[in-house]
Parts: sequence; C-alpha cells; structure tokens
Amino acid sequence: MKRILFLLPLGLFIIVAGYFAWQLLYGRDPRIIPSALIGNPVPETELPPLKDDKPGFGRADFGSPDAEKAPVLVNVFASWCGPCRAEHPFVTALAKQESIEVYGLNAKDNRQAALDWLRDLGDPYAKIGFDPQGKAVLDWGVYGYPETYLVNGRGEIVFKHVGPLYPDLIERELLPRIRALKGEG
Amino acid sequence: MIAEIGHFAMTLALGLALFQAILPMAGAARGEPRWMKLAEPAAIGQLACLLVAFVALTNAYVTSDFSVRNVVENSHSLKPLLYKVSGVWGNHEGSLLLWVTVLALFGALVAVFGRKLPPGLKARTLSVQAMIAVGFLLFTLLTSNPFERMIPAPLEGRDLNPLLQDPGLAFHPPMLYIGYVGLSVVFSFAVAALIEGKVDAAWARWVRPWTLLAWSFLTAGIALGSWWAYYELGWGGFWYWDPVENASFMPWLLATALLHSAIVVEKRDTLKTWTILLAIMAFSLSLIGTFLVRSGVLTSVHAFASDPDRGIFILLLLAISIGGSLALYAWRAPTLTAGGLFRPISREGALVLNNLLLAAAAGTVFLGTLYPLFLEVVTGDKISVGPPYFNATFVPIMIPLLIALGVGPLMPWKRGDLPQALRILTAAFVGAVAVTAVTAVAILGELGYALIGFAVAAWLVGAAATELWRRAKPTSRVSAGDAFGRLFKLSRASWGMTAAHVGVAIVVAGATGTTLLTAELITKTRPGETVTLGGYAFTLEDVTEARGPNYGAQRGTFTVREEGTVGGGQVLTAERRVYVASGQETTEAGIGSSMMRDLYAVIGDSDGSGGYTIRLYVKPLAPWLWIGSALMVLGGLLSLSDRRLRIGAPVRSGTASATSAPAPAE
Repeated sequence: MKRILFLLPLGLFIIVAGYFAWQLLYGRDPRIIPSALIGNPVPETELPPLKDDKPGFGRADFGSPDAEKAPVLVNVFASWCGPCRAEHPFVTALAKQESIEVYGLNAKDNRQAALDWLRDLGDPYAKIGFDPQGKAVLDWGVYGYPETYLVNGRGEIVFKHVGPLYPDLIERELLPRIRALKGEG
Repeated sequence: MIAEIGHFAMTLALGLALFQAILPMAGAARGEPRWMKLAEPAAIGQLACLLVAFVALTNAYVTSDFSVRNVVENSHSLKPLLYKVSGVWGNHEGSLLLWVTVLALFGALVAVFGRKLPPGLKARTLSVQAMIAVGFLLFTLLTSNPFERMIPAPLEGRDLNPLLQDPGLAFHPPMLYIGYVGLSVVFSFAVAALIEGKVDAAWARWVRPWTLLAWSFLTAGIALGSWWAYYELGWGGFWYWDPVENASFMPWLLATALLHSAIVVEKRDTLKTWTILLAIMAFSLSLIGTFLVRSGVLTSVHAFASDPDRGIFILLLLAISIGGSLALYAWRAPTLTAGGLFRPISREGALVLNNLLLAAAAGTVFLGTLYPLFLEVVTGDKISVGPPYFNATFVPIMIPLLIALGVGPLMPWKRGDLPQALRILTAAFVGAVAVTAVTAVAILGELGYALIGFAVAAWLVGAAATELWRRAKPTSRVSAGDAFGRLFKLSRASWGMTAAHVGVAIVVAGATGTTLLTAELITKTRPGETVTLGGYAFTLEDVTEARGPNYGAQRGTFTVREEGTVGGGQVLTAERRVYVASGQETTEAGIGSSMMRDLYAVIGDSDGSGGYTIRLYVKPLAPWLWIGSALMVLGGLLSLSDRRLRIGAPVRSGTASATSAPAPAE
C-alpha cells in the first residue's frame, strides 16, 4: 500500500508526459479550431441590447432557408480583451468598406466598461447583443476572444476565426467568402 | 571567427559534462576518491567553457554581427546597448545558452563552496547536475545552435520584439533563470540522496541555502515580470494568470513549500520523503515551465519554434529527467526511515499545513493551466480557463494559508497548544479586527473582499511582529528595554523570516488595494483640460512628438494635483511608441508613485481634432506590491547570510578548516 503511494507521482507524470507525446505525435495543430457549428444554423439564443439606442440580436435577425437575408459578420468582443482592441480598426474598416453588417456580441463584460470602450474606439456594429453571463458564448461555441463568425443569407455559419482579425487573414480568408456570399445573394 | 570559438566552447563544455556525469558517479559507487574528486575541476571547466560561449554570443550582439542568424533575427544596429545585450537571451537559442550557463554556474558553485559536503554526496550531486547539463547542451547543439551563420549576411537585423525592449524585462529572464536553475541544485541533492539512501538533518541543512537562493531570485524574477506587465502593457493589471506567468508561479509555490519542509527535516528529522518529492517536483515544474510553456508547446505543439524535432527532443529530456527521478523516488523513498512523531497542533503540524496548502495551490494552478488541454484530448471540447477560475480556487486556498502563517511560527515543536498560541496573538488579533473595522467604515462594507484582504494582511504583520518580540522577550523576566536591545542580536534567520512574512502581508495588502479599490476612467480630452478621478485632478498639459534611438513616440504630459489645490502637483509622462524596424506600437504608462497609491496615466489615439483618448487609474497601495516583494527577497537573502547555515556541519579542525571558505553552500 505504502509503495503505491510512492508510485503515484510517477504515475501522474506518465499521464502528463503521455498527453504531451500524444499531442506532439498525433495532435492536430491546436491553433486550428474546428467548430461543430460550421454549416449549421446560428443558435437560437436571444441577446438583449447593450446600448439603449441600438438593438440586440437573435435568431430572427439572421436569414433562414425560407427567408434569405443579407450575410452578417458576428464579432465577439469584450472591453477587457487586449486583442479585441487590436482588431477593432479592421472590424471597423470591414463594416465600412464591405457594406456587410457586423453584429457585436459583447461577452462577459461590464456594461459601463463596454460602453466606454465603444465610445473610446468607435462603434462599427449594426446591432450589439449583451451577454454578461457568457450564456450565448456557450451556444455559439466561442473558444477565445475575440472571435468572428460569418453567417450566410440562410442563417448558417460558414466560417469562423478565433483570435484577432488581421489584414492578411481578411484578404485571404474572409473577403473572398463575403464576396462569394454576396454574389450568390 | 568569434562565433566559431563560442560554438567550439559549447562542444567542449558538453565533453566535460559527459565526463563529470559518469566518472564521479562511478567513483562514488566503487569508493574511488580520486574519481570522485574529478567532479570539481570538471564543473569549473564546464562553467569556463560556457562563459566563453556566452561572451562570444554577447559580442556578436554588441557588434551587430549580422552574419550570425540569431543576431539578425533578434537585433538591430540602432538598438540601445542595454537591449543589444538583453537581446542575447530574448530568443529561444540565446535563452537556452543562458540556461545551460547558469546551470554550469550552480555546478561550479557547489564544487567550490561545498568543501564540507561528504565526498560521496558531493560527487553524486555534481554528477546529477552534469547529467542535466549533458541533456540540455545536446539539445542546444543539435537543434538550437545560437552560433549558426547566415550567408550572405544582411545589412540590418529584424529587431527584438519592442515589448521586450524595457529595463524591467531586460533583467527579468536572468533573475528567473537563476531561480529556476537554482532549483536544479536542490534536485541534484535530492537525487543524490535517493541514490545514497540517506536523508538526515545535515542533508537538509545543505539543501536549504540553495533553496533559499533559488527562491529569492525566483521571487525577484516574478516580481520584475509582474512590474513590467503593470507599466508596459498599459492596463494597470499586475497579474493575468496566463500560462507563462503560471509556469513561473508553480515552481515558486513548491519552492516556498520546500523551504519550509526542509526546516522540519533539519530540526525534527521527519517529513523526509515529502521533502525529497518537493525538491524533485519544484525543479520538474521549472523544466516544464521553461521549456514547454514558454515555447508555446502547451498551447500549440506546432508553435514550438516551428520545429517538431525540438518538441520530441525536449519531451524525451523531460521524460528521462523527471520520469527517471520519480522512478528512483518510487523505488528508494520507501526505504528512507521516518523520523520523530508530532501532534497535529505543533510547529511541524503548522508547517505540514503550510505545505499541503501550497502544494494544493500549485496543483490548482497546474490544473487551470493544463485542464483545457486535457479536456480537449479526452472529449475534443475546447474551453478556456481564465482569471475567474483562479480567483475562485486559488484565493480560497491562500486565505487559510495566510491565517495559519500568522500562528505557525509561534507554535512550539512537537506538541503545541492552539489556545495558548492564540492567546499570545491577542494583540495581533485585536489589531486585525481594528483595521477591519476602519476599512469597513471607510468603504461602507461595499467590498467584502477588500476587507478580508486587509484583515489578513494586518493579521500577518501583527503575528510576525509578536513572534519577533517574543523571541526578544521570551519570559516576563526580560524587561522591555532589554528586549529591545536583544531584538538586534537575534539571528539573521529570525529577521529574515519576519521580513519575508511581513513582505507577504504587504503584497497581500497591495494586491487587495490594486485589484479591488482601483478607480478607473477612460475618456477623451484635449491638452489643457482637466479630468478628476478618485480625488485627483489630472490635467493633460500637452502632447508632443518625441524620438528615441529606434522608435518615435507621442508623449503626453500630465500634471496631477489633489482635487481643490492649485500649483505644484506631480508630473506624469506617458508615451505611445512606434518602433522603426517592426512598426509595432507599445505603451509606456506614466506612473506617479507615493507610499499610499499610484497615479497611472496612458495616452491613446488622437481623434484628429486635437483631442486624445486617455486612460487614468488611481491605484491605492500599488507600490506595496513591489515593496512587499522586495522585502520577501530581502528576507530570503538575510536568512541565507545567517551564520548557522554556513557553520551547520561539524567543522574539521586544524588545516582543513583553513580552506573552508565562509560561503552559503554548507
């Protein structure tokens, strides 16, 4: 019995090392984050507005197979998140130049802090949903902050990017998809 | 040419390390004193070689030798000299060279200052130390050679990440490495003791100074990193619970536990197997910290300097060193004899509680850092664990630890009496309650957590002061005046402990003030306008363009006065820098410190019509974080300088004692 106790640290280490080995040899690149939601309709979650003068959003704000609408970008942000600040100019530019509506999903944030943040940096969002408890975050399958989803006219998520947007990614991944969606619609 | 000399010196160091790993160990096993003796010159030679290599790389940086790939990738000819030098360890290859150099430094220190160690233990310790060196020198030479040439040589380098071009961060890695690698000595001692099958009070006495040294530097390194995050990232936070911070925090927690459990081994000859395990785990977590987390393997194996070979190599090294030592532990530790028994309420009991709580805290941080990854392997789910997790798990473990910290030092060994110990602490307790009441009135009970934080801090200070006073005045027969005189004759270890414990209290108070009582304001303002926050009036005097050696900056000057006063005031200078080579921006917060608070200002974007976004904070007690950390380091070093640690082992008489240098090794 006593022996087993002394073997415990070794056992735990083997588990940890095994994990590292598995990850190293067979793991896929963890930076690529698959989303179970890709190709699926956006979640049903109804999000209350962050601002008094701007609506929140919910399922009805996206298109559906029966009633198509314009494609939408959903951008998850929070005032406490440094990279969100870094990507903000690109989100703003996208909203302006690509004439695509961007919905903001303000998550796990304090309302006043978020309002200050938007006043400080500018507000490019067409609608902003407020999710202080992070419930919608779970429904959307948010992995990290910031995160951006592209939703097509039928209300299906077609693309997702975890982490801040940057020009190269926007050029290579996002714009072609947005333009393709618009071409369809 | 100089780069080739450096490369050659590293190879030579590998040869010496191989030699040092094998011969002394074999000598100790076969009882060959001459073989065992060889460990010393080998350890010193290894250090000499690595110093040559390190100087060679530093030379390449200082002279901006762009034929060396490593210099091209991490330096720039316009960079100030300080950052050319700190660029040496601001990258993977160079930091590895620093790591093995510090490892050799510690080996040589044991060789030189460990004169009074039993020859067998010394030979084995140095041999284990050399085994670690062999592994990491091989890794450096085979996969991460800092001396690799680049032909043709480019005209200019790509510059060091501007965030790292900062005095705080220039010295952060060497400090941290001395701490991490210092734990290697303790690890080597533990493995050597397992091989010998003997752990006794003398062993603990030899190990404790090395733990203290490593702990002091680790504390300083972590504090420097935290200070850097505080003023450079511009968000006013000092701890973000990110994996890199956690990686340095886990070994610190275990080193703290080890520091305390070694006392029990020394004084009471018990808790041996636990202490050995702590020694192994503290260094193992340092290894995991330096090599897995810092290189990004934790978040992404593929990010490991984009070279999977390195990942496999490192994993093998870790498996051999950590797995090997833990296997040795499982095999040999059960044979170590247990020492004296003790009651749960006793000094030992308190130290065991300290150890359990610290280990639990380290486990909590470990889980928080790794759990998301494990979960992903098992279920494929991705989750993120952030500050809320750590606040919910780490803080509740710390509170009982801090309360017990007050009582522990007052308990007698073997068998104590809790009510009696508590009676002694009445004054401290009353003080704590008084501060609690004052705080409660001041903030109207709004922030319960702040209250608890300050109460715990006051409790700690009171208890530490009481304990020190009781040492000076052990019975009522000693008059207060005499006791005051005796205070200054107390051992440095006593003062060291008191200083470190008071340091913890000050850090707790600082962290409480900084996180819970901060006033914050983000607003737009024009030069000449005044904004008030937390009782202070911040005036943005002007915004000018400034030039540094390798960056351009927008510099905002603020004058801060207490609200309602005119004239005087404190001047804060905040900058936003854009670095020439990379175009990357950094913020330099303008910070005005006084004993009771920091004023903190950050200048942001211009709105194009003369207004600027500014971020202001008033952070009560923020300087206490650094004062408390410094006090902890000071406590560690004071304790390290105590004569008893140097003289512990029986001194040989006559000629032998003439050679025993007074050094902290014994």
